[in-house]
Amino acid sequence: MTPYILRRLVQAVLVLWAAYTLTFALLTALPGDAISNRINNPQNQLTPEDGRTLKAFYGLDRPIVVQYAHALDALLHGNLGYSLSSGSTVSSLLGDALPHTLVLTALGLTFGVLVAAALGIAGSYAPWSRLRALLQSFPALAASVPSFVVGILILDGFSFRLRLIPAVDDGTFLALVGPALTLGIMIAAPLAQVFTAAITATRRQPFVHVLQARGAGEHYVFRHGVLRNASLPVITMLGLAVGELIAGSVVTEAVFARNGIGQITLNAVNTQDLPVVQGVVLISTTGYVLVNLLADVIHPLIDPRIRADILARRAKRPSRARPGADEAVPARLPDEAVAS
Amino acid sequence: MTTLDESPPPVGDTARALPRRTGTAVRRLVRHWSVVLAATVLAVAVLWALAPGWFTGASPTRIDAAQKLLPPSGAHWFGTDRLGRDQFSRVVHGARASLTGSAVAVLVGVTVGSVFGALAGWLGTWVDAVVMRLIDVVLSIPGFLLAITIVVVLGYGVLQAAFAVGITSSATFARLIRAEVLRSRTSQYVEAAVASGARSSTVLVRHVVPNSLVPTLSLVTVQFGIAIIWIASLSFLGLGAQPPSPEWGRLVADGRNYLASSPYLVVCPALTVVAVVLAGNHLARHFAERQER
Repeated sequence: MTPYILRRLVQAVLVLWAAYTLTFALLTALPGDAISNRINNPQNQLTPEDGRTLKAFYGLDRPIVVQYAHALDALLHGNLGYSLSSGSTVSSLLGDALPHTLVLTALGLTFGVLVAAALGIAGSYAPWSRLRALLQSFPALAASVPSFVVGILILDGFSFRLRLIPAVDDGTFLALVGPALTLGIMIAAPLAQVFTAAITATRRQPFVHVLQARGAGEHYVFRHGVLRNASLPVITMLGLAVGELIAGSVVTEAVFARNGIGQITLNAVNTQDLPVVQGVVLISTTGYVLVNLLADVIHPLIDPRIRADILARRAKRPSRARPGADEAVPARLPDEAVAS
Repeated sequence: MTTLDESPPPVGDTARALPRRTGTAVRRLVRHWSVVLAATVLAVAVLWALAPGWFTGASPTRIDAAQKLLPPSGAHWFGTDRLGRDQFSRVVHGARASLTGSAVAVLVGVTVGSVFGALAGWLGTWVDAVVMRLIDVVLSIPGFLLAITIVVVLGYGVLQAAFAVGITSSATFARLIRAEVLRSRTSQYVEAAVASGARSSTVLVRHVVPNSLVPTLSLVTVQFGIAIIWIASLSFLGLGAQPPSPEWGRLVADGRNYLASSPYLVVCPALTVVAVVLAGNHLARHFAERQER
């Protein structure tokens, strides 16, 4: 197991480096930046000499390759550079905002997973096919509503009309509920769709028929056979969902006027504060990569077949394939189940 | 498989299938009523974008201080906004920005995705390895955030936002098209084309790529809906369409401050977005199901 985890860890670091490089390349392709904008602003009080000093201070006068090397070197020392608009370090700026957003996304994730699990199970097991069809159509509907609309409706309904939750962030838990619900609904839709599809696919597997033929009830089959198999693609999907949660906080925090990474992103975009934008991208990519790493570690723990696969492959060439949706339900299983 | 609830017994079916053709056509329309409805919604939205003048005579930008914040009525179906502009007209005219934007986004996504996916699948070896790693990296950056980052580079505007969304989605398209190219590489018509002396590039462009594009149809439709939502979200944040040009996300952002007194200013454009995206997704599911058969 350890070599497997180590290999994934190295891959994760490589992906982070590549993502950082990609955003760096993207953002340096840009003609302007906050400092140049300030210098070129006709109302500025800076002499050309001051402008040059300022550019030199932020390292903007050096060739791009040198800038990149310095940025990478600083990054390895935990320094994300300086905000071009406020002058404070990007890490302190993001460090202050991160807890707000993390609490929000964690609660949003919890909401999302709970709703998705409930919808997935109810949509597959509810009595009457019409009720099931209705339940299964919810995720498709939710996926068609932009999250800013969901946020506005929640804010209007729960805060302004029903007065159940505060409309502004007063630091209480209750103020978190509205934005967290917005994020939760946003990620619950794809999660529920994947979960429902996985449950349906798993229930068609021959091993389920074998279990039923041997007298197992629906409840037993679900707990011991279907749930584990069907949760694998959902765990893969969670990695994506966490990345989208951080990106979604840009919209949600704008709607609910909360402080956090999203608000900082929006400010940075509006002032062309490139180091901050780059820091935000790095942080959310890290979140995505970490959760994926976690999912890769959890997969073999849930599914003994993947575990056996990894152990068997150790002698051979390492596989680059991620244990994802395709491998979750291998075609090999039926024979084994029947043979037992 | 034991799906007894769906298919009627075959005996009754042959008896009913005999009557005149027009009857079966109508029956097919009735059976697929939701698909027909979805197509109609999309068609209306496209017509709004192409010829807004057919649907509303009011100007989307004419300010009339005497008529501000009126509730919906016969004269103003969706009411009027804070400057007295006809909201229905703004929604109809907004279709152009939103739908053109999504079309551009999908076009950019398919084009860039096809080039990378086809080259990776066709050439294989190190090109494939590099492209696949590139796709992995692009997919590891949360999509909406990547779109925002590209907007920082390109600047604000509907087309810029569309381009950003398109580039972001191109990684997904590239992966799908690569898989399709890999599949059709080994098919007989490709073998036949190669055997009859066609050049490698000709086979790729004339045979492999067109055949690989067909399976992406359902992804195109899904992506169209996502693009509408993302462009609207970017515009809502002020990073997309700039005032005074109407765009669905902007209309919601503008109407927000009047939500308590004039909820229709938000609800009408929001429902329009939801209806169009829902229709697109429904058609996508229909395509996907037909492909499976």
